[in-house]
Amino acid sequence: MEIEYNDSERAFRDEVRTFLADNLPSTISNKVKQSERLTPEETVQWHKILGEKGWLAMHWPEEYGGPGWSPIQKHIFEEETAEAGAPRLLPFGINMVAPVIMKFGTQAQKDYYLPRILKMEDWWCQGYSEPGAGSDLASLKTRAVRDGDHYIVNGQKTWTTLGQHANMMFNLVRTNPDVKKQEGISFLLVDMDTPGLTVRPLITLDGEHEVNEVFFDDVKVPVENLVGEENKGWTCAKYLLTFERTGIAGVGISKAALEDLKQIARTQMVHGKPLIEQPSFAERLADLEIELMAVEMTNLRTVAAAEAGGVPGAESSFLKIMGTEVRQAISDLYREAAGPYALPFQPHEDEIVGPDFVAPAAPTYFNLRKLSIFGGSNEIQKNIISKAILGL
Amino acid sequence: MDFSYSDEQRMLKDMVDRVVADQYDFESREKIVNSETGFSADLWNQFAELGLLAVPFSEAAGGFNGGGAELMVVAEGFGRGLVVEPYLSSVVLAGTFIDAIAGDDKKAALIEPIVSGETRYTLACYEPAGRYDPYWIDTTAEKSGDGYTLNGFKSVVLNGDTADKLVVIARSSGDAGEAQGLSAFIVDADAQGVSRRGYPTIDGHRGADITLDNVSVSADALLGEEGKAAAALQYAIDRGIVALCSEAAGAMEIACDLTLQYLKDRKQFGVPIGSFQALQHRMVDMRMALEKVRSLTLWAACSLEAPEAERRQRLSAAKAMVGKAGRKVAEEAIQLFGGMGMMDESSISHYAKRIVMIDHYLGDREYHMAQLRDMTLAGQDAA
Repeated sequence: MEIEYNDSERAFRDEVRTFLADNLPSTISNKVKQSERLTPEETVQWHKILGEKGWLAMHWPEEYGGPGWSPIQKHIFEEETAEAGAPRLLPFGINMVAPVIMKFGTQAQKDYYLPRILKMEDWWCQGYSEPGAGSDLASLKTRAVRDGDHYIVNGQKTWTTLGQHANMMFNLVRTNPDVKKQEGISFLLVDMDTPGLTVRPLITLDGEHEVNEVFFDDVKVPVENLVGEENKGWTCAKYLLTFERTGIAGVGISKAALEDLKQIARTQMVHGKPLIEQPSFAERLADLEIELMAVEMTNLRTVAAAEAGGVPGAESSFLKIMGTEVRQAISDLYREAAGPYALPFQPHEDEIVGPDFVAPAAPTYFNLRKLSIFGGSNEIQKNIISKAILGL
Repeated sequence: MDFSYSDEQRMLKDMVDRVVADQYDFESREKIVNSETGFSADLWNQFAELGLLAVPFSEAAGGFNGGGAELMVVAEGFGRGLVVEPYLSSVVLAGTFIDAIAGDDKKAALIEPIVSGETRYTLACYEPAGRYDPYWIDTTAEKSGDGYTLNGFKSVVLNGDTADKLVVIARSSGDAGEAQGLSAFIVDADAQGVSRRGYPTIDGHRGADITLDNVSVSADALLGEEGKAAAALQYAIDRGIVALCSEAAGAMEIACDLTLQYLKDRKQFGVPIGSFQALQHRMVDMRMALEKVRSLTLWAACSLEAPEAERRQRLSAAKAMVGKAGRKVAEEAIQLFGGMGMMDESSISHYAKRIVMIDHYLGDREYHMAQLRDMTLAGQDAA
């Protein structure tokens, strides 16, 4: 039993650190550290930097251009990039549509889409949720009807994250309304420039434009954009959910956020003393520290089990719940640390009212409420654990 | 990084698990708990024969040189069966204290009878005014002639009623709360001037309040150097924390298993109560609490040789988590068992009591949270 990294693991960590020091633009990392939103160009820039290095798609098999890392190496990469202030990678292409294409796609689909994803030539978004289909995803209604060499798609998707920047969208659509709901669904790739497709912004409670609704009005999609068999889309959707989720706990990001919070609590004064010395604040900070350590080690145990050949299944549901709970709690204490200056709403001001750190405090707290809702709400995760692990 | 057991650790685990499974069913435990001494001499001898009493000791002391992982394996197994034999008091606390402080010339001779099971020690350290602070010692050690005279009062000394020998922590100099000036003496439990008031504890163990009234000991009774006991005390308490957290993890695991089984067996409204989502989610929360304790216990156990700051942080984090997550599991277990969880005849109630009361040994959640707060503030000075 050895909880420390061995020599080769440490050497790999140093290699990643050196690469980040040399290649992560400070314009980007500074924004990430200040919780500022990146421009789409900056997001693409970082993906391309990693793509050129061959490190963009760490979960991919080597035959498709993955780096061939072990679970521990992947974990080290996630930790180091988070600590250095690298932006979180867009999961939609690399970790969502790509694995489905690898598993169920045609050779032509693999040859065309996978290299483009590796070079960040397409910005993918996800067409899953609908106004009437959230946790009960299989009840989706967006309809695709075969018409010669095309499907004609009509309906509406929602919560489409960063869809305003995307040029490609993978969708679950209903191709057969007359069978059990899971059995009439297909997995369809859609070019966002197709006539009849409209993206409309949804402004969230933090004032940001992060998600969208997407309307389909007689959108013609070539039949060759079907992935897998018609009416077998639910199989693709389920496969996607089991694909590599060790990063789901977001430990690196939470650690960086907690360090940030500590730093702030050292500088904020209450009655002439640093906030960090206030007993009730310090108590909550210590509690978060313990909780985060527990998530970190639980995550490492899962990584080590994967290293030993195990396949993380429903265990990742534990990690999702634990990881999101602690991340939300950190953002809560951060908001409190901002004090009265959490109030001024100044999402895009150059000259911040109050200390530098206050501007994102409340908006981030509200924005991160999403963590326990998306990616399978935490209640859905508990249902999964009940069924798969507890046998209830 | 590799969290799997070595072959030796695996063998140790199998051995402990077998003894507990074969000989520590609920009824047997009840008999032991309610016996006069509160432990089974027969089992204690078996533990000795199996080598379990040698696990945490150095080779110089005739031990197996087991580290935190080995201690975790043993204590987790004991936790699964709610073992009440005086392992923590004699082996982990008093034993490793002696191992850490005694000179090589004395060490083997002192520890050999602990390992053989012949002599049971306990650590008489904590006092009422100090709660969980091991340095808050008012008991005095004064030089008299060739030896020392001890005066003071020790509270809730684990197995203090049946131990053969006490390792008494007393103050040679300085004030309560100071690490400097603490000395350790071996005192016969039936020595002149030692009076013990023994009692059962609510979690099935035994304790004693001990008064030391002009107890004379020879110079030979002093362990290590006068006034320099603090480091060894910390060494022993660190191992005690690992043992307690591991025991909690083992007991929590069984509490979760028993509760899950109950959810499947118990029917109301014509269906197993485990089919109700409200109860399913509570069960998931229990398992999540267990995983957190397992994770932090593992981290603490593997950090006994880590640098001071990391070691302190991980031990306190683990113990504080046991206080929080343990209580959660215990309370939820009772709730999900309903009326049966309230019954003395249900083993779950005994698991719940032990899991909750582990918080009251070697620093509770509040105490360890304060330690962590102090560390954060110290980090501030360094920054």
